[in-house]
Parts: sequence; structure tokens; C-alpha cells
Amino acid sequence: MKTNIYVYILLAGLVSYLLRVVPVTILRKPIKNKYVRSFLYYVPYVTIAVMTFPAILTATGSYVAGALALVVGGLLAWKTESLPLVAAACCLVALVAQMF
Amino acid sequence: MEAKNKRRLFLEGMRDGMPICLGYFAVAFSLGIAARRAGIDAFQGFLMSFLNNASAGEYALITTIAADAGYLEAAVITLVANARYLLMSTALSQRFSPDEKIRHRLLVSYDITDELFGIAIAREGYLEPMYSYGAFAVAIPGWAFGTAFGIIMGNLLPALIVKALGVALYGMFLAIIIPPAKKDKIVGVLVVISFAASFVLSRMPVTADWSEGTRTILLTILIAGAAAVLFPKKEEE
Repeated sequence: MKTNIYVYILLAGLVSYLLRVVPVTILRKPIKNKYVRSFLYYVPYVTIAVMTFPAILTATGSYVAGALALVVGGLLAWKTESLPLVAAACCLVALVAQMF
Repeated sequence: MEAKNKRRLFLEGMRDGMPICLGYFAVAFSLGIAARRAGIDAFQGFLMSFLNNASAGEYALITTIAADAGYLEAAVITLVANARYLLMSTALSQRFSPDEKIRHRLLVSYDITDELFGIAIAREGYLEPMYSYGAFAVAIPGWAFGTAFGIIMGNLLPALIVKALGVALYGMFLAIIIPPAKKDKIVGVLVVISFAASFVLSRMPVTADWSEGTRTILLTILIAGAAAVLFPKKEEE
């Protein structure tokens, strides 16, 4: 199948908008079911974790650089919670590691 | 008086939206670096961010496009990666005035993100659409132009720098999941299980041939679903 990037983008945009607009216009009620609430609460952490690892290892083309960025970023995120700081540190570590 | 009040709310929204705009620009820039690798050009990246307003969701979409994995998978991965907005929108829907006009409901829901939801919900009383529009007016361009700029700079900067910048997005992902993992042990365990399961599936025969998006969808439903059944959260608020 020949795919088109614009179709991907418009389709994803439509899905993203429906997720946001349906509760505000049609549902208008809080989600009471604790299992559904819990599922939606856990989803982003699992999705983001799955997308981060092992993808970070292959992001630079050097496993060592990726692994070092993961360790330093993980430790720093545990200590500081500062998003820009963690991101910048990961880049710096990856940059230096690639030079060796 | 009415018009003046609207203007004041809009300006307040812009003021509170400024730091969000700067943060969005930086995140979107690294998203642009990843988008460029998938063959997305600057205009397409601008459009993607303008229409989606979601970091994890757009990253998932980018991997789907890079793998040429088909439209159905793109729709499902966007649904999964952005599922949390459903929870935010239901919370926000309780804060609209019961007789709020439908057009304001349609517009305010356009850019419900972690940050913009956060500043809107933090205010007292009924939701003021003009305040949200003010914040959107600075946050949306920051996000969309940041993505386009990341794609353009990815073409201009040396490969070594571009590769290092490519790690920024994963660093931000770590900064999103690690602090809650520290506070909520169950989230911490889920993160470790997700890392391990994702690694195993990426190496195992059969599942290694699946696209990254398919593996993400499957693992999210399995792991988050099991956690919801085993450790349901108590009612909040």
C-alpha cells in the first residue's frame, strides 16, 4: 500500500481531537468506573516507558552513548524532576560519548 | 465592560501561556529532530503539531510513519498514546458553566494538554474560555513552529549534534515518568516492567518483526489493563 504522510497527520489529528472533544460535548459526565479511571491513569506511564526503552539505545547509532544517556537521565530525573535539565544532560552525555 | 473583561482574561491567559510556550518550543524542537528522520518535512511537521498538540502521541505517530505501518495502526497508536486526554477532558467538562455555548466547548477542547489543562483547572469558578484562548494563542505557535524549526535545524546542523539532540526527547520522557514513579510505587514497578517487556518483545522472534507501534499498543493495553484490575486507584478529588 502506498501511504501518504498527510493522510497519517490528518487521521491522527482527528483521533486526538475526538478524544478531547467528546467528553466536553457529548459525555459531560465524570467517569465513575474505578477500573476505567485506573486504566486511563496508568496508560501514559506504560506507553511512554515502552517508547523510551530500548529506543533510546539506538537513537544515536551508538549503544554506549544511548545507554549512558539513559542512566544519567534516569538518575537526574529521580533527583531534580526538571524536564529541561534532564533533556539537556542526556544530549550532552550522548554528544560526549559519541566523540570517543 | 463585558468586552474589557474578555480582553483582560485573554491577556492573563497569554501571560500564563508564555512559560508553556517556551517549554513547548524546546520539546517540539527535539520532536522535529525525530520527525525529520521519518522523512517528515518542515510544513508537514508544523501541520502535525498544529493538529495534534501531543508529545507522546506525535512521537508514536512518527515511529508509525517511519515504519510505514499503515493508517489503522496510526489511528490506534494515537488513541492509546493520547488516552489520558480523555480523562482530562472529562474532568474539564465538569468545570464548564452548564449554559456555556457549544462553540466554546468545541474550541477549548482543541488544546487540552497536560500543561494547558493544568493552568485552566487551577483557576476558581467556571472555566473562562477567553483565558484558555489567550494561553492557546502563545502555546500553539510555540509547539508548531518548534517542530518545524527542529526539522529545519536537523538538516543544517552537523550529524553528530543532530544525533545527540535526538536523545533529548527520551530525556523528557524520563523526566515525565520517573518523578511519578518515585511517588507512586505501582507506577515505578510498571515503568520497570514496561522497559523489560519492551526490550524482550523487540528481540524475540515474531514480535521483533512487528512495528514499534504495534508492540506499544499491545504492551500498553496488557500492562496498564493488568495494573487497573490488580491495583485500582481510589476515587480522587
